[in-house]
Order: sequence, then C-alpha cells, then structure tokens
Amino acid sequence: MSEQDKILSEVTSKEYEYGFVTDIETETLPKGLSEDIVRQISALKGEPEWMLNYRLEAYRKWLTMPLPEWAHLRIPPIDFQDIIYFAAPKKEADKKSMDEVDPKLRETFDKLGIPLEEQMALAGVAVDAVMDSVSVKTTFRETLAEKGIVFCSMSEAIREYPELVRKYLGSVVPYGDNFYSALNAAVFSDGSFCYIPKGVRCPMELSTYFRINAAGTGQFERTLIVADEGAYVSYLEGCTAPMRDENQLHAAVVEIIVEKDAEVKYSTVQNWYPGDAEGRGGIYNFVTKRGICRGDNARLSWTQVETGSAITWKYPSCILKGDNSVGEFYSVALTNNYQQADTGTKMIHIGKNTRSRIVSKGISAGKSENSYRGLVKVVPAAEGARNYSQCDSLLIGDKCGAHTFPYIDCQNPSAVVEHEATTSKISDDQLFYCNQRGISTEEAVGLIVNGYAKEVLAKLPMEFAVEAQKLLSISLEGSVG
Amino acid sequence: MLKVKNLHASVDGKEILRGINCEVKAGEVHAIMGPNGSGKSTFASVLAGNEKFEVTSGEVEYDGKDLLSMSIEERAREGLFLGFQYPVEIPGVSMANFMKLAVAERRKAQGLEPLTAGGMLKYMREKAAVVELDSKLMNRAVNEGFSGGEKKKNEIFQMAMLDPRLSLLDETDSGLDIDALRIVATGVNRLRSENNATVLITHYQRLLDYIVPDYVHVLYKGRIIYSGGKELALKLEKEGYDWLIADYKE
Repeated sequence: MSEQDKILSEVTSKEYEYGFVTDIETETLPKGLSEDIVRQISALKGEPEWMLNYRLEAYRKWLTMPLPEWAHLRIPPIDFQDIIYFAAPKKEADKKSMDEVDPKLRETFDKLGIPLEEQMALAGVAVDAVMDSVSVKTTFRETLAEKGIVFCSMSEAIREYPELVRKYLGSVVPYGDNFYSALNAAVFSDGSFCYIPKGVRCPMELSTYFRINAAGTGQFERTLIVADEGAYVSYLEGCTAPMRDENQLHAAVVEIIVEKDAEVKYSTVQNWYPGDAEGRGGIYNFVTKRGICRGDNARLSWTQVETGSAITWKYPSCILKGDNSVGEFYSVALTNNYQQADTGTKMIHIGKNTRSRIVSKGISAGKSENSYRGLVKVVPAAEGARNYSQCDSLLIGDKCGAHTFPYIDCQNPSAVVEHEATTSKISDDQLFYCNQRGISTEEAVGLIVNGYAKEVLAKLPMEFAVEAQKLLSISLEGSVG
Repeated sequence: MLKVKNLHASVDGKEILRGINCEVKAGEVHAIMGPNGSGKSTFASVLAGNEKFEVTSGEVEYDGKDLLSMSIEERAREGLFLGFQYPVEIPGVSMANFMKLAVAERRKAQGLEPLTAGGMLKYMREKAAVVELDSKLMNRAVNEGFSGGEKKKNEIFQMAMLDPRLSLLDETDSGLDIDALRIVATGVNRLRSENNATVLITHYQRLLDYIVPDYVHVLYKGRIIYSGGKELALKLEKEGYDWLIADYKE
C-alpha cells in the first residue's frame, strides 16, 4: 500500500460526524401500517376531519400502487410493516420559550451546530427543527409574523391556517403521484410550512433541520412553501441521522407554489447517514420535490448538495406554467463506498418564453453508483421555451459508476433545448502536481472536488456554501486510490 | 545540499535510471542535458517523489535528510521544487486559492506565520511581476486555458512564491518563444542566491545563454556519462552527442 493509499483509506474511514443518538424518551406507535395507524397518527396530532380523510384516501391509493423500479438503483426489499411510522420526543404541554424545551433535545441540536437560540439573531436564520417526526421549535416566528410571514410546523399550520393548507396541500404533488408520495400523504408526521404574503421579501433565510433519532422509525416530513405574488424567500433544509446498522426510510414530500412575479430559492444540504464503508445501514432517501411557477415571471431555483444516504431517489422539479417563468436546478451529488444515487430534475415548460437551466455535477467514488436522470418537456403551447442542461460526472477510482439519463420531449418547434455532458477523473497527475506544491492528497482531493462543484456551491447562501464545501471534502477524502 | 549516490529507478519493471551519482551545493546551477529518452525527466520526477517510478536502489541525501524516505509533500515543504514540463490543469481551483494553500504549507515548514489575506495578495503581485505574469491570472483556474508560455511562466511564478532551496526545472524552456524564454530565464536568475540551487533539465544550449550553469552533465541511458563546465554545452550544441555516447551504445 503506497503512502497515498494509506492516507486515503484513513480519511475514508473517517467517522460520520453526526452519528450520535440522543437518549430521550420517545412516544411511538407500534410497528406497521394500517388504516388504524393512520387514524392514530391523525388523532395524536389533533387533526381536523378533512386532514384525516385526506390521509385515508392517500393510504387507500397507496395500497394499490406498485413500487417504482425504473431507477438505476438496487433497492433491497423493504418490509413496510416493519417500520414505525410515528415517533416523537415525549411531549408535555406547549412550550413557550427555549428554556422549556427538553435540555437533551437542545443538546442534540447544539451538537448539530444548529443555533436555536440567541446566535440565531446574529446568524439571521429562522429555523424549524424536526426530530424524528415532530417539529421541536420554530425560531423567529414573531419577527416574521410582523411581516405577515407564516413559518411554522406543518401540524400547527393544519390547526391554525387550515384554509391555506387545504388550498395548497397536494396541489403540486398529489398523493397519487407516486408510491412514496402516497405513503407520505398517509403518514406524514410533521414538516415545515411557509407562507410569504403578496409583495413581501422575506428578510432572512428560512431553514429546517431534519433529524432522525429513534431506531426502527421512518421519517416522513411534508414541506409546503407558498410565495404569493411578488414575494421572495430563500429556504434551506439540512438533514442528519445517527449511525445504525439497519436501513431507515425517509420519504419526504416538498411542494412549492410560486405565484406571479414571485421567487423561491430552495437549497438542500443532505447529509443523512450514508451507511458504513461496507455498505451496512444508512438512510433510504426517497423524496418527491416539486414546485410550480403558477404566475407569469415567477422564478423557482433548486440547489442541492447531496452527500448522505445509502440510496437517494430524488428529482426536484419545476412546472413552468406562467409565461416567462424560470426554473433552475443546481445539483452536486456525491456518492462514496456503497452509496447509490439516482437524482436529477424535471423541467416542464408550459408557459410561453419559459426558461430553465440545469447544472448537475455528479461525483462518484469508492464502489458507488451515481446517476443523473432528467426530463425536459416542452408542451405544444410553450412558444419560445428555452432550456440549457449541463451534466458533468467526476469519477474517483475505478470501481464506481456514473450514468446520465437525459430525456428530452420537445413538442414546440420554436423551442431551443441544449444538453452538454462531460465525464472526467481526478488524475494521478493532478494529485502529484498538488503534492509537489506541498498540498497533501487529502487537501488536494477536497480542492479539486470543490473546484469541480464550484458553479453549484456558488448558488448556496454564503454560510451554507462554506458548510457544504467542508462536507464535500470530508465525504470524499480518501476515496482516491 | 543534494547528494545522489548510485540511484536506480524503474517504471513497470523497466529500469530507467541505472546508477546516477551527482552532488549539488548551495549557490550552484547545474544543467542536465542528454538525448531523448535518456532519463532526464525521470530523474527530476524521482527526486520529487513521483510514485509512478520505483526506486530500486541508491541513496539521496537532501539537506542532511534521507530524501527517499520523505513523502512528496514533505519534500516540497522542505523546499524542493519541481517546475513541470507539462503543467497540470485543475479546473475550478483558482491560482490564488491554490497558492494560498501551498504557501501556507511551505511557510509552516519554515517556521513562519501564515500571511494575512492582504499580505498574501501583495506577495502574489510582487512575485507575478518577477515573470511579467498578469496578476489577473490569479483569479483563473490553475493552468486552465493558459497559453504554453503562460504555463511556463506560471511555474516560475510558483517557484518564486515558494522560496525553494532546490529547484528542478524540467524543460522549462521547451515551447517558449524567444521573449518568453528571456522572461523565464530572467526570473530564474533573479531568484538565484547563495542559499539555493537550481537544476536545469534542457535539450538546448539556448537556455544556457541566459542562465549560466556552473556544471553541465550529460545523462545517457540512465547514467551521467560526462560532466563539465558551461563550455560543454556549447560543444554539445556544435558536435552533438555522438562523440560521447559512442562508447555506450549497445
């Protein structure tokens, strides 16, 4: 083993930083899924009847749906009756201030580096933190409320803003959309809700952190973001989970509605536990994310940095309905060891002069498989639609795979659709060059990968871009052989 | 500063260096010449620690240390610099960022404090001027889209930044027009001092008009077969290598 290989293997075996478990009492429902469980979840959350009915319809639909098997993924059979669908940190009465939140919970979020308290004011970030299935605390609500912005947990939104939730929930991702969206609609436990009223520019980044803690549980969050006419919001979600040798299911749904002249930027730094170096454990991340630019001149931008999860199945998409609306997708998906990712986007051009841009940077290392899958669809009415796609793959080592599956369905002759793709490797020559300048292999890999992903990282809010850069380096170091 | 004793190295089982002996002292400039395929670039790569080559026997002492037991980056941090014949492109990584890391490592090894952001900027501008390199290049990715001349100037710029003890310049003159050659040579001359040494690997006497060496060695079939003063280069230019290598042909 050369010195380089040694360094590499050392860094690869670097432990997942967020792999701790918080010893906290949780309230769980028994394993398995049935109509009764769906009713219990709804009852535990004190939901109105319309919500229960929605869940039940979704559940019945789910029973009839087949598992999606078209992705370039090897998914071991999942026993849906062996999953706990609801787990919550044991709850007392409603909390009025941070002091009343269970100290152990707060410790967890401190470890995650989530500044739930005074730092928040400095950081200027409003956070909703979801542990297992329940939203723990939403910060900055009052400040936001002054502007008429609603930012709260989904459970609260169902209770306090039922008319908004009823209007928009399932309007972009109907429960019947796919197997996992139906499952999510039936059992989703919490998530974030955000409403920016007409003409309001949200003064701070909104952010949600998701954390799976309890063993044997699935996590099913539901996020709904509505930007009314002329509104603007930038939203970030982050995710971590403890290290366990079993696989845990995460099936979230995110819906975004962008009205006329409004803009939403949605950024994800996904760092679910990826499993160990032998491929044991890790999160199955099966997520449906979709937004619609409903009005003219609306803009929706997805930015994702995906480094975690054993398996990722995720295609944040834009429906460009309003004329002149713009959809963007910027993605860095990194897989190492035995991770598998099948991710990409869909851009559906419906309105006139709609534009979309796709920049996807896949990085595969170890024995991982990394696929880009994307659809650009231009319907006959979408006069003057324009798309530009760029899909790059970076291979590290010779045991991983990178795949690109671009689908183009163009039904309007005035549309212009462009696709570019490249595949490259980190070469020994590049590493030698860096080493010869005194830069260690570890640093060099981080440098090269961050350089490769720069175009996407630049789209993240500043403070998270720094986080993401570190994350990329940590997840990859040691994968060059 | 550098003592090479009976150095043998091979690639894929094929022996390229077959017993090199030489000594370089501080303040000296050595030129290594020789026909194509004689092992000149391999010699430089092996000294820098390129793992493509396997050292099969021999010893190399660098500043009193066992060079062959040091990693590539340790050698670099201790002031061994290799100017590449074919500088490598690193897309997306700015020169400024690249140099920041490299200089920080070198300074750490020298026991110096890291430079402040402002200090670094000033230092970079200063050194870029040595090789008449446009400091705008600092914002571009490492060697990406650089012209042939810019790449070579960029190597000497990095040499200036890293304040090396021993510089190995591998065919830094190849592919340069006469103006670029003069600039590069002037840069190297300005960096010459009592404390450092330079080994030039070159095919042509032309470079040695600008950088005058103390010694010229002829490398052939993995061995130094002849050494002399600067006049040797002129003789080689006129008469070729045949008079030297005749005895070594197999």
